[in-house]
Amino acid sequence: MILRLAYRSLLARALTVSMTTLAIALSVALFLGVEKVRTGAKASFADTISGTDLIIGARSGSVQLLLYSIFRIGNATNNMTWDSYQDIASRKDVDWIVPISLGDSHRQFRVMGTTNAFFDRYKYRSGKSITLDDGAFMDDLFDAVIGADVAKTLGHEVGDPIIVAHGLASFSEHKDQPFRVSGILAKTGTPVDRTVIVSLKAIEAIHVDWKSGIKIPGESTAADVIRQMDLQPKAITAALVGTKGRLQVFGLQRAINEYASEPLLAILPGVALQELWQIVGIAETALIAVSAMVIVTALIGMMATVFSSLNERRREMAIFRAMGARPRVIFGLLILESTLMSAVGAVLGLGLLYVGLFIAQPIVDSAFGLWLPIEAPTLRELWILAGVVIASVIVSIVPALRAYRMSLADGMMVKI
Amino acid sequence: MSDDHSILRLKDVHYQWSGPNAFGLTILDFHIKRGETALLLGASGSGKSTFLSLICGTITPHSGKILVDDVDLTTLSNGKRDRFRGDQIGLIFQQFNLLPYASVLDNILLPLRFSPSRKAKVDSPNSTAARLCVALGLPQGILEKQAGTLSVGQQQRVAAARALIGAPPLIIADEPTSALDAATQTVFLELLFNQTSANGSTLLMVSHDARLADQFDRVVQIADIVETTKETV
Repeated sequence: MILRLAYRSLLARALTVSMTTLAIALSVALFLGVEKVRTGAKASFADTISGTDLIIGARSGSVQLLLYSIFRIGNATNNMTWDSYQDIASRKDVDWIVPISLGDSHRQFRVMGTTNAFFDRYKYRSGKSITLDDGAFMDDLFDAVIGADVAKTLGHEVGDPIIVAHGLASFSEHKDQPFRVSGILAKTGTPVDRTVIVSLKAIEAIHVDWKSGIKIPGESTAADVIRQMDLQPKAITAALVGTKGRLQVFGLQRAINEYASEPLLAILPGVALQELWQIVGIAETALIAVSAMVIVTALIGMMATVFSSLNERRREMAIFRAMGARPRVIFGLLILESTLMSAVGAVLGLGLLYVGLFIAQPIVDSAFGLWLPIEAPTLRELWILAGVVIASVIVSIVPALRAYRMSLADGMMVKI
Repeated sequence: MSDDHSILRLKDVHYQWSGPNAFGLTILDFHIKRGETALLLGASGSGKSTFLSLICGTITPHSGKILVDDVDLTTLSNGKRDRFRGDQIGLIFQQFNLLPYASVLDNILLPLRFSPSRKAKVDSPNSTAARLCVALGLPQGILEKQAGTLSVGQQQRVAAARALIGAPPLIIADEPTSALDAATQTVFLELLFNQTSANGSTLLMVSHDARLADQFDRVVQIADIVETTKETV
């Protein structure tokens, strides 16, 4: 009966109560949303590369190497020579090695030169391989395989010609050597989706008439002529390496890091990801703190609402007292109301989260390549919801205590 | 010193309010017999509210004894006094008696929630509430209505039904008719008297309206039993 009365009482104050509940719901949705994005981003990052034992590049920082070679974020400060690449490739502890050459772009997407071995060796989401949605892998020198997002954004189809621009966000294009889309990759949720993949030789081919990053004026070598040339690259950006056995990883890493003829760096992708998360961790904590503060604000708002309702409810409390209710019933009633409000707010917030996810999922995916899974709430999320309700109980103790004292002082005689 | 014929007895009670409008209040001896209907007449400021608060046990006197049904309120703990009030006393206020958002039925059944002994006396709460409503002249189907939508006269009758349910030995009514017009007043009082005697309860009504006097067994002027003192401390 008390529960029904509390419910009726809340219903009678529907406007303020629903506003308060909405504020709690929004704050809960925000907090859970931040959590989703955070864990989604973390999982998405961690899922980006698997099966590769080492990433090798010119000596820089391990996070930097990871970012530019795998995530296409930032640029290489230096290249590694083809000689070193071949030297490492011929080592007996190396099972396979895939070269990567970066630096050019097509519209807003980066172009990566590699070999067809990349499609076999690159794995994501614990061992999944890249597959083709349409067309075939590179066969001809000027074939290009494009990621799912590239195809979707630019509307490319198999057979379409594409022109690669020199550098990133550049106006000088490799117009003389247009590529042809030979294949479109299936969606992976990794940076591969936003990459145009061509052969390593093609990267050399389009730079035939270039020297030190500038096109030599007046020179234009015909495609046929280029095909006859020796297109062995002199340098590559990075290489992905698989070792013959787990135990050889560290030996190979040490050997590369101590490589005498040029300064190289070999990193374990997992370790570099950990380092990256340590850096991102600070921002992550700040984000959680801010969204937690939003919940606290909403709860304080609820406390204010309960406080301001106390005066107009003195009569109601006096009636309860006259019927033989102890002041602690009044106390309990107010706690109960706050609990109801926050519980409804929490559940509503969860609902808002799913609505938000449903709407935002494709947008976030196409804009940031971040796939936010829509799943049943995790145990952690349920604990957060419970935490909000518990916090609301604690917060509502303050106005409830005041009501307790008021009803003790008023007794049943309230003059209104 | 128990008196089997009194439902209420106050002896040498003194209460002192503190604060800017401090005043003291003394009741040397006052009692009401079981089954009596008593009218307590007094203007506002005569210590009426304090007197009622003392009887209901929401305030405790600094000295003296207050016996309700032979139990001295001053010896009970706060929690026990609240429980005791729920068990022994049915209250009707001047106005705003009901929880406006709750149904009439919930309003009438509210005292049973806090008083197991009154609940035990009611076999079927819903039909008892319906019976009381009929006896008090309330229309059919009123139980499901929201209390806030009723007229003032109807609200006072619902309040009377609430005070009567579970037959508490003492019904206290604080100016229950002052918000009603003369015709409604008479009808209301008649119904209240009938139901009180049907329950075997005692009625103590407080009012400033001397015209009601001839309907009661006994009329007492507050000024005759209560002595107020303006303190200049």
